[in-house]
Amino acid sequence: MNETVISTILILTSLGIVAAIILYLVSKRFYVKEDPRIAEVEEALPATNCGGCGQPGCRAFAEALVKASDLSELHCPVGGNEVMKEVADILGLEAVEKDPYIAVVRCSGSFEHRKKTNIYDGSASCTIAAELYSGDTGCAYGCLGLGECEDVCDFDAIHINPITGLPVVIEDKCTACNACVTACPKDIIELWPVGRKSQRIYVACINEDKGGTARKSCSVACSGCSKCMEECGYDAISISNNLASIDFEKCKLCAKCVGVCDAQSIIADNIPIARLEKLEAKRQREAEKKKLEAQKAKEAAKAAKA
Amino acid sequence: MSINLGNTLKTFHQGGIHPDDAKLSADAAIKPLPTPKIVTIPIAQHIGKPAKILVQRGDMVKAGQIIATHEGFVSANIHSSVCGKVGVIDEMMDSTGFKHTAITVRVKGDDWAEEIDLSKDLNRSINDSAKEIVEKIMAAGVVGMGGAAFPSHVKLSVPEGKQVDHLLINGVECEPFLTADHRLMLERPEEILVGTQILMRALGVKKAVICIEDNKHDAIDLMSSKLEDYEGISVQGLQVKYPQGGEKQLIQAVLDREVPSGGLPVDVGAIVHNVGTTYAVYQAVQKNKPLVERVVTVTGRSLETPSNFLVRIGTPVVNLIAEAGGLPEQAGKVVSGGPMMGKAIADLNVPIAKATSGILIIDEEESKREQEYNCLHCGKCVEVCPIGLEPYYLMLLAKNHKTSETSQEHILDCMECGSCSWVCPSNRPILDYIRLGKSEVKKTQTA
Repeated sequence: MNETVISTILILTSLGIVAAIILYLVSKRFYVKEDPRIAEVEEALPATNCGGCGQPGCRAFAEALVKASDLSELHCPVGGNEVMKEVADILGLEAVEKDPYIAVVRCSGSFEHRKKTNIYDGSASCTIAAELYSGDTGCAYGCLGLGECEDVCDFDAIHINPITGLPVVIEDKCTACNACVTACPKDIIELWPVGRKSQRIYVACINEDKGGTARKSCSVACSGCSKCMEECGYDAISISNNLASIDFEKCKLCAKCVGVCDAQSIIADNIPIARLEKLEAKRQREAEKKKLEAQKAKEAAKAAKA
Repeated sequence: MSINLGNTLKTFHQGGIHPDDAKLSADAAIKPLPTPKIVTIPIAQHIGKPAKILVQRGDMVKAGQIIATHEGFVSANIHSSVCGKVGVIDEMMDSTGFKHTAITVRVKGDDWAEEIDLSKDLNRSINDSAKEIVEKIMAAGVVGMGGAAFPSHVKLSVPEGKQVDHLLINGVECEPFLTADHRLMLERPEEILVGTQILMRALGVKKAVICIEDNKHDAIDLMSSKLEDYEGISVQGLQVKYPQGGEKQLIQAVLDREVPSGGLPVDVGAIVHNVGTTYAVYQAVQKNKPLVERVVTVTGRSLETPSNFLVRIGTPVVNLIAEAGGLPEQAGKVVSGGPMMGKAIADLNVPIAKATSGILIIDEEESKREQEYNCLHCGKCVEVCPIGLEPYYLMLLAKNHKTSETSQEHILDCMECGSCSWVCPSNRPILDYIRLGKSEVKKTQTA
């Protein structure tokens, strides 16, 4: 009995020792030397694994950062300049400042403005609906309202407003990770620079139909009338395919274009209402002045005739 | 001459379902629909490149006159289906649910292009060579009329190195409700047989089988009784099972051959043409008449008179419904095609296209989707899949955008017959997600 116990203990112990030696040798032989900075950089990153940087996760991004010789191409939209500064310090590289971005929704065709022409009762996925047909309103470009952007958002930053049926971006939460932009099958969501004092002016419509057709299906559709383009003093607005679009690099946020749009498809985010009202008042004064001048000219012409 | 009947009903081996066939309009004779005031003719009614427009606004066209020509080989000619003046040419909604370019023609009179033989006499003597036949079919813009709308002349041009020994004429019409092919077989049997002979000559095959499901006894009997004068043609009765009308299923049922994954019927020596297409081929070759009208079933449980109409291509759907008694109050969905593979249309003014085989009106109650539950892993979808795929798994993969995995699981072999969604006890929208997966795989392939 005793012998059995002792031999068992001996055999198992020696087996353990042999295995330990093999493992030790193997780990020495095949040791992978990892840059300790990867862990450090990863620690500095926000650990959201959102993929906004273009890498499959924060770890992969940390590896890419350590490998990189300059940081101009790499940016963590969630952490922003602050985190990138920290990373640059760890790596001894120069941080490249980038403007913070935010998602903007380029459709304002709410239930009220865009009448439904049919009812979709299929799977609640925008991508599936977009594969099937052009949408439940007359507009083939607008938001389908099934909330795929909301589903993919890791930051709880975009929600479908049940009253308008359109997604609304919560500015404080949006990290510009690009998830909603790629998820939207209609390409309605775009990333824009947050802008000075969070002010942005953009055309909330991507309908490329001819003006009449577009307006028939949606009362706030851009018809490409080019009034805004004429108003803009900075050459920031261009019209192509019956659609106006604003170049955010050229736009000086003067907001003159906002009031001239008959369809109200130009959206001014965070621009003080007082300023818009002032512009409107000025416009009205000018219009009255013109009217008066025209009247005067008419009267003068009449007098000359008489 | 061989007639296989009664006790030797064949069917395909893998999967399949038995929905209620509800052929309400089976006894309604084909009735010509009055010509509408205006027709809308899309230039892309076929698989392949859209046709190139030949007319301008204001041009006068005759019925049967070509108005858009095929661009490239995989494309089809488009002819005006009426006599009149060309109106707006613009992007218009069609039965696919998307806007595509279409030509409108405002009807004035009913003159047909001179070369077209409008007489109803049967012309049995085939004088054209194989090459001339294919050319005539191409000129007439004939496409597969069973639903896929694949240009017929492409199917008749057998690639080098491939051998075809059997021509199958598809009179299965396995979709519930639809009866257009059934009525055509009953009312134009000889034309279909001559058309079959034309196709046989074009392909150089000696054997042709007309395949008809067992719920169309009268058609089986009638076709069989006419066979005497037509050498090499036989009629094969088939058990009723959906989706037997699918090319690959039909080949499996009749010839017991399996088309390989990603392959075509020609790989196993068979070519399949629909009876509607065969009739159009007869018209094109013997009568010089292009494909400008087709038989369309208008049906539905609450519709006053389910009917079969001979309709000019481009007629708005609403005209057909009006002629069949008007849209019933309890209508929930209007579907273009059959209940299994058809597509709900979003606008009743969309035109009838070359491949529109039926207009089905589904009651509100029946049309609603039911509450979706979790997958039970019961395996019913796997059991009924005629291709032998695992639909529940494909749905899961597609939902999570696992594109390379879905591709490995042969998602592109799915023919979208909808048997999986039909059988699912948890009412899961399996096919919706498979379609999503397919489109994602196709995107990565083209990218």
